[in-house]
Amino acid sequence: MSTTLRATAPPRPADAAQNGGRRGPRRSPSSHIRMTGWLFVAPAAVYVGVFHLFPVLYGLVLSFTDYSPISRATPDFLGLDNYAAIFADPEFLNALRVTGTYVLMVLPPLVIGGLLLAILINRPFFGVGFVRAALYIPYIISLTAVSLIWLWMYSQSGFFNQFLDAFGLPEQRWLLESTTALPAAAAMRIWTALGSNMVLLLAGLQSVQKELYEAAHMDGAGRWGQFLHVTLPGIRPVLTFVVAMDIIWIAQGFAEVFVLTRGGPLGSTTTVNYLIWTEAFQYNQMGSASAMAFVLFACIMVFALITVRSMSGRSSR
Amino acid sequence: MTTVAMKKTGSIKRSRTIGRSGLSVALVAACVLMLIPFMWMVSIAFTPPEQAFGEVGLIPSDPTLENFSTALHDANLLTALRNSAIVAVIVVALNCVLAILAGYAFAMLPFRGSGAVFWALVATTAVPSSVTIIPQFLMTRAIPLTGGNDILGNGGSGLLDTIAGLALPHLVSAMNIFLARQYFQSASVEMAEAARIDGAGEWRIFSRIYLPLAKPLVAVVGIFAFTAVWDDFLWPLVITTSRESQTVQLALASFRSDGIVQYGPLMAGAVLVSLPVIAIFLMYQRGFISGLTEGSVKG
Repeated sequence: MSTTLRATAPPRPADAAQNGGRRGPRRSPSSHIRMTGWLFVAPAAVYVGVFHLFPVLYGLVLSFTDYSPISRATPDFLGLDNYAAIFADPEFLNALRVTGTYVLMVLPPLVIGGLLLAILINRPFFGVGFVRAALYIPYIISLTAVSLIWLWMYSQSGFFNQFLDAFGLPEQRWLLESTTALPAAAAMRIWTALGSNMVLLLAGLQSVQKELYEAAHMDGAGRWGQFLHVTLPGIRPVLTFVVAMDIIWIAQGFAEVFVLTRGGPLGSTTTVNYLIWTEAFQYNQMGSASAMAFVLFACIMVFALITVRSMSGRSSR
Repeated sequence: MTTVAMKKTGSIKRSRTIGRSGLSVALVAACVLMLIPFMWMVSIAFTPPEQAFGEVGLIPSDPTLENFSTALHDANLLTALRNSAIVAVIVVALNCVLAILAGYAFAMLPFRGSGAVFWALVATTAVPSSVTIIPQFLMTRAIPLTGGNDILGNGGSGLLDTIAGLALPHLVSAMNIFLARQYFQSASVEMAEAARIDGAGEWRIFSRIYLPLAKPLVAVVGIFAFTAVWDDFLWPLVITTSRESQTVQLALASFRSDGIVQYGPLMAGAVLVSLPVIAIFLMYQRGFISGLTEGSVKG
């Protein structure tokens, strides 16, 4: 009898069908066991259903109304009016543009940097555990704390201006100029997420079979050739996952904006999530805020799906 | 071994030694770059507040603990730490029990429709928080018989501005259910079958056989649940109105909103709030990173 769970797992070809629930499990357990399955799942499923799944529906309904939490009168049904209104609202269009720009600023350096670091530490060397942990720590610290640290770094006598001073360059008003505020927030966001991208991509690199590199080497492929023809195709699933998750997360930027700039200067850092928060909880416009949230949701999904499709669709080998 | 193979390993070894020095330089540079903000955070936290306005040195000339006491008392951090700790204990415990139990059942005790239920739950992880936060706010306000509400959930403030309300959206995370299912899918079913023949009940099989063997999973789920609720900002911001129910992140952010930013206490607060997360992460670091990557990559 085995003592560890993972090492001894035999290949189970029936797994997929079994877990899809269409066919019964292999040895057709009694209805008692199936009942137990239900009971084990029920608390978590009911909770997630009520507090995470149902709110999506509730939010969708809200987005068609003029609901305000202060007046307890029944809200009016407005149809698509909220959606029409927000698409005519320059503030919302600006927030969409800011969010899109933000994602485009953060995503490429984040993914390329994460991949580079992953390649660098994908060999055993002294202190690899320390390096891995050191690079991951910015990711587990709250975005609020990180933003506050960077608030100082961008302040008048903070790190970046001390750095510029040392080279005799003029000081910048990083967070106070509408041209530099968003890039400043983006740089911070890259810094926080680099470690998590690295760790995920590292797992991808380690799943590439060593024999493939040897074969490519025998065929005369150089380092670059090996990277292009072995590494990249090998890590494509992980890379796709990482890019999709990054898009979903970065497009929801809120805490960093709240701490660093409060959406300013001149709305240059007002992300959609920040605008939604002001609309819903400062101005009590929960109907139109919900509509904004669903437009953001749709944009994220479309953007993420396009990325996934184009990344997995490009040549199959 | 053939000569071809010998030659090959030789050339790989040589290119490795050449690459190593460049590699270590690049990595040391990357680590230093990544740790710079933390070094400053710690440095400013120990710098006397009156010096923290001008140019601060990386090593404080006369270190002080003044900022820490200011942060703990004036900035309400003590209360906030207590609140966050209570919420975190509730959330970690429930995730470790309910999410793992559900993931186990999805993997080992499938029932009719369990696949559909599973994916419906997991789909919630892709929904932006701004979509659900307004309904969640309204639902929290309308929990019956709390905060002056009647049986229909009207009239009062429900669980807004309470510890229970702070925990509410974090009780079970679908991501943790997902990780647990992934984990148990690669577990062997033979032990369960043997135990069943011996007459063990399903709860006993889970709690006595599979759960003790799933320590890495418990660590990952625990850390995920802890960081999710400890680091959360938007939900506490939305439902908290009084200082008494502030969480650590809100207390931290309040350093920013009080006009002139006092960087000394602010950094001291950031150190205090980040320490638990860093400590827990470092304790479980090895298992955490491997458990995390396995779960997400197999997806």
